[in-house]
Amino acid sequence: MVFFMNLGVDLCGVKLKNPVMTASGTFGSGQEYGEFVDLNRLGAVVTKGVAAVPWEGNPTPRVAEVCGGMLNAIGLQNPGIDVFVKRDIPFLKQFDTKIIVNVCGHTTEEYVAVVERLADEPVDMLEINISCPNVKEGGIAFGQSPKTVEAITAEIKRHAKQPVIMKLSPNVTDITETARAAEAGGADALSMINTITGMKIDIHRRCFALANRTGGMSGPAVHPVAVRMVYQSAQAVYIPIIGMGGILTAEDAIEMILAGASAVSVGTANFTNPHATEQIAAGIAAYMERYGVGDIRELVGAVHDR
Amino acid sequence: MEHEKFEETVTVVSQEQIGTDIYSMWLRAEQIAAHAVAGQFVSLYCADGSRLLPRPISICEIARERGEIRLVYRVAGEGTKEFSGMCPGAQRRAVGPLGNGFPKEQKKALLIGGGIGIPPMLALAKETDCEKQVVLGYRDELFLLEDFKKVFGETADESVYIATEDGSAGTRGNVLDVIRERKLSADVIYACGPGPMLRALKEYAAEQKIPCWISMEERMACGIGACLACVCKSKDVDAHSNVKNKRVCAEGPVFLAEEVET
Repeated sequence: MVFFMNLGVDLCGVKLKNPVMTASGTFGSGQEYGEFVDLNRLGAVVTKGVAAVPWEGNPTPRVAEVCGGMLNAIGLQNPGIDVFVKRDIPFLKQFDTKIIVNVCGHTTEEYVAVVERLADEPVDMLEINISCPNVKEGGIAFGQSPKTVEAITAEIKRHAKQPVIMKLSPNVTDITETARAAEAGGADALSMINTITGMKIDIHRRCFALANRTGGMSGPAVHPVAVRMVYQSAQAVYIPIIGMGGILTAEDAIEMILAGASAVSVGTANFTNPHATEQIAAGIAAYMERYGVGDIRELVGAVHDR
Repeated sequence: MEHEKFEETVTVVSQEQIGTDIYSMWLRAEQIAAHAVAGQFVSLYCADGSRLLPRPISICEIARERGEIRLVYRVAGEGTKEFSGMCPGAQRRAVGPLGNGFPKEQKKALLIGGGIGIPPMLALAKETDCEKQVVLGYRDELFLLEDFKKVFGETADESVYIATEDGSAGTRGNVLDVIRERKLSADVIYACGPGPMLRALKEYAAEQKIPCWISMEERMACGIGACLACVCKSKDVDAHSNVKNKRVCAEGPVFLAEEVET
């Protein structure tokens, strides 16, 4: 007998073939990793953040490795929405995967400009980056106060044609406050966590490892923090959560799903293993088969006390 | 330019220390060796899972018939320290060949290497069949010099020149001091080395009105053009980034000097 499994996920009416997507900023628009991974096997590709106009990003060095993780301060370098629409969307349309565009801006108006520009594009969902720790205006400044999270979510929802995912920052005292605020503003889903602000110092040169001094920490070292925040938020809101933060293996992804994530994003793991996304999707299926789980949805939030 | 990249398990054939903190390693890497050209690099992964990022290392020699590549690298941290302890038979994952190599212009060429920028110039010296001379800049300790001399055989003395900062061998000073002292001239320059050396060569090449191809270095994460970590400033708006940034791993690491800020 063939054991039939459903890995499909319904995110706000968007049907993903499996719960594995890429974490914004680690995967470009898929062109580069497409040489290693069959993009048709991914639930969705979440693009690098795109703004209304091109952004140059931060000076280099922009990355530093730390034990079990890395810091980045790219500064949201991006080619601007015009090039993105002309080049990146047609590229992604060649594949049988969902397209989620990550949107960044310095002001509410800049976010709205991108959201409006995408209204008639073949894009499945929007992920709004209000949590980048590496830009001076916008980014995290919007994501740390529940009041501004609710306000910007509501404003974006007024203009968006596609479902809106708000990407939340872990650099807050209580993640459930910002999660509830995004929900109150009308968010269709949440993404968490963005990177955790960190710092590395080169003791031999006695200088900051990053030109930006601080950077966002990602990688397996942050995974338990992400699992905890996804769990807490899943208890606090009704909308679906896309879990990310240090997912390196299928086991990590399943942990996130058990904590309450409906889908997962894989980021830093791509740098460690260019095939990570595809392998994690296959590994989730193997786990389901091993434990006789017929539907991935049975696992969402299924964690319980010992 | 797009080149085919491969992920493969590579096996150490031999390894030796050739200087203070400098190691030379031959790797069996069939696919990478079959496709690599001088100036490209490979991403080598650590076995230690707490080190997530691959180490980008330039290719020093390519032995296509044996399916091997040679990497000469400096131990700069825990990752390269791990590599330096690898014995014959040890295996690691690698992705390559990455980036763009040196374009071969078929003109009288000066190949210039400084410090740990010297290794990729050996691959280029072996792979270019045009008239060429080599200038190597060291702080004090020499390495790979005999390998370069072997490329030129009997003409090594009038083909390979060196500079040392302390004057312990060759010309005292830097590579430009050698060029001036020996009155070397060329129609094209190829170079890899520290920033100040590349800046000086860029200026020199502009004065001489000759093209100068330089290999840049920057901290990398993905190594394949996705993450935008390893950018350098460019003179013009880059076609991919749509800003004045070029990806060292994808558009580089070899650039025409006048097109980038060194």
